[in-house]
Amino acid sequence: MMMLSQLSATAAQNTSKVDWWKYLLLAAIIFIVLPLSLDIFRLNLIGKYLTYAFVAIGLVLCWGCGGILSLGQGVFFGLGGYCMAMFLKLEASSPEATAIQSTPGIPDFMDWNQLTELPWFWQPFDSLAFTLVAVIAVPVLFAFIIGVAMFTRRVGGVYFAIITQAIAAILTILIIGQQGYTGGVNGITDLRTFLGWDIRTESAQYLLYFVNAVLLFACLFIALYIKRCKLGRLLVAMREKEDRVRFSGYNVASFKIFIFCVGAAFAAIGGAMFTLQVGFMSPSFVGIVPSIEMVIFCAVGGRLSLLGAVYGTLLVNLAKTSFSESFPQLWLFAMGALFIGVVLAFPDGLAGLYQSYIQPWFKRLFKPKASKPDVPKQAVQATEPEADSASPSLKESPNAPA
Amino acid sequence: MFADYTSSELTAIFAMQGFAGLILFSVFVLMALGLAIIFGQMGVINMAHGEFMILGAYITYLTSQLFSNYLPGLFDGYFFVAMLLAFIVTAALGALVEWAMIRHLYKRPLDTLLATWGLSLILQQLYRTVFGAREVGVSLPDWLMGSYAITDIIEVPINGIFVMALTIMITIGVYLLMQKSRLGKQTRAVVQNRAMAGAVGINTEKVDRYTFALGCGIAGIAGSAFTMVGSTGPTAGQLYIVDTFLVVVFGGASSLLGTVASAFTISQAQSTMEFFLSGSMAKVLTLLTVVGILMLRPQGLFSLKVRR
Repeated sequence: MMMLSQLSATAAQNTSKVDWWKYLLLAAIIFIVLPLSLDIFRLNLIGKYLTYAFVAIGLVLCWGCGGILSLGQGVFFGLGGYCMAMFLKLEASSPEATAIQSTPGIPDFMDWNQLTELPWFWQPFDSLAFTLVAVIAVPVLFAFIIGVAMFTRRVGGVYFAIITQAIAAILTILIIGQQGYTGGVNGITDLRTFLGWDIRTESAQYLLYFVNAVLLFACLFIALYIKRCKLGRLLVAMREKEDRVRFSGYNVASFKIFIFCVGAAFAAIGGAMFTLQVGFMSPSFVGIVPSIEMVIFCAVGGRLSLLGAVYGTLLVNLAKTSFSESFPQLWLFAMGALFIGVVLAFPDGLAGLYQSYIQPWFKRLFKPKASKPDVPKQAVQATEPEADSASPSLKESPNAPA
Repeated sequence: MFADYTSSELTAIFAMQGFAGLILFSVFVLMALGLAIIFGQMGVINMAHGEFMILGAYITYLTSQLFSNYLPGLFDGYFFVAMLLAFIVTAALGALVEWAMIRHLYKRPLDTLLATWGLSLILQQLYRTVFGAREVGVSLPDWLMGSYAITDIIEVPINGIFVMALTIMITIGVYLLMQKSRLGKQTRAVVQNRAMAGAVGINTEKVDRYTFALGCGIAGIAGSAFTMVGSTGPTAGQLYIVDTFLVVVFGGASSLLGTVASAFTISQAQSTMEFFLSGSMAKVLTLLTVVGILMLRPQGLFSLKVRR
């Protein structure tokens, strides 16, 4: 499939050996170094950041490999999180615990909004099995509908980004507007137990952190598999020359729908783990601003690198927390500069910097003969989606008649 | 839901809501015109467009302060000076942004989105630092106050009429500029075939810069007009940016007529529904309808038939 010479470097990346030591290093950091060196408050914070890393990994697949920029990943993060939050909220509002309400047994915000019985779509969330299925199934179904509607009609690029952004806006307005059913702008708060197990204790938070980390690595390996199998190479080929892949007989839309659903599923797992670790879910994680921030986590780490996405998420969030504690005003300036700087100066993020500067240096240090300094540079060039037509606007047009 | 109203009340409701929708329409059109040039013609996703509009609004606010403090005699006419200043300053900033940022990204349209989003964050924080987080409003000169009664129950505010008249004039102006003037013709030539336009002697880089500056300048005028009907805060631009992009995409990105038509449809639908449903549900329904139609017809309402 790799018809363009510039793609050969990317292809080589796909077929080359995996540097397992990099994964081991990340695992050592997440499973050993951080839990041993941080107190539970900080570790819980890291766990929260790692839930965003799920979204970033999904974005590496969709955006980095497939060239599908979704500005609505917050929707899937939020849907997954809300599914989990609904289960926890129902458990927290047993008739005994909510005896002082005018209608005991329903969540407190419904009581405040004069609802007298549980809405129909809340009722199945009494069961854990249904919730666990719904955490994945609801966002994936949503992504599937969007994907089918958009990709079979060959909507892509800029138009896809704008429409997913509009969907994020719609869902936020809907959640905030329907206060009685969703908890409004406060979200679903005051979540206490998971099957009778108090999630606010220290031991529970430690356990949840490790569960989250294990799930993160599971997603990483699924993503790595997808990226390295034939599907991954087809995605890269589609990003570069969609028409040629289509003319070769592949059903381009179905690949795009699949990868978009995978991204949604990852984001949903992250959202559910976020709810469990942080203890609430609110529309402020659904809308446009968090969705774009998630894209920048991915971009800072390097839009082509799965491990980069995790590091990028951790670094940006750590910087955000430490910066905005001491200089709340400076943070927005820094964040804006980060956006511009990453896009203009190093579009392949930390991973690109590593590949073009640190890796050759390592290689020279350890293996003086085996060094091939030109390969990483080519890889960096090949990752910029080059438009061969003269006009950028024409290339991105959704309805190019074949 | 209509049963509670008499027929004359219903007429009045539709007329009043229709007029409120027309003011919304004016704001949409003014913002979308600039975007239709930048996004529709050049293919650049300018997420900072709302912040350019707010810049125009703040300049209008500053000019009104200046006039009321130092030139109270000329206060009646300050708005025209403010509009001119807003255009010049935002266009200059636009040219600067194009030079520093956008021109490196013409081959990567999706990346313009991220870079301009960063710019919008910086501008928002800058407004917050300079003007404070609170919303500011301008005081209108006397001749823009009050309202004009058509019948006993239907009244339309004069500032609304003024903003609409302004919108019509600017729309016609932009249309003439894009269709008849040298710059407009060169812009369209560059967009259609950059290499060929360059080969026949058009300085494509200069055309890009002027076009981007023009789009930003129109956003500045939109902000200036916006102060007539609403107050301005640092994050007000972000509220409108999604709607504006939808307006442009819904209308067919490269068609000015489509932009105007879709702005009219969206604003009227929203303001009419707002009276009968809650504001948020009206907005959800409008946006959902637009997204739904876009899924059926991705190229928008009015699209040029071009062989790509």
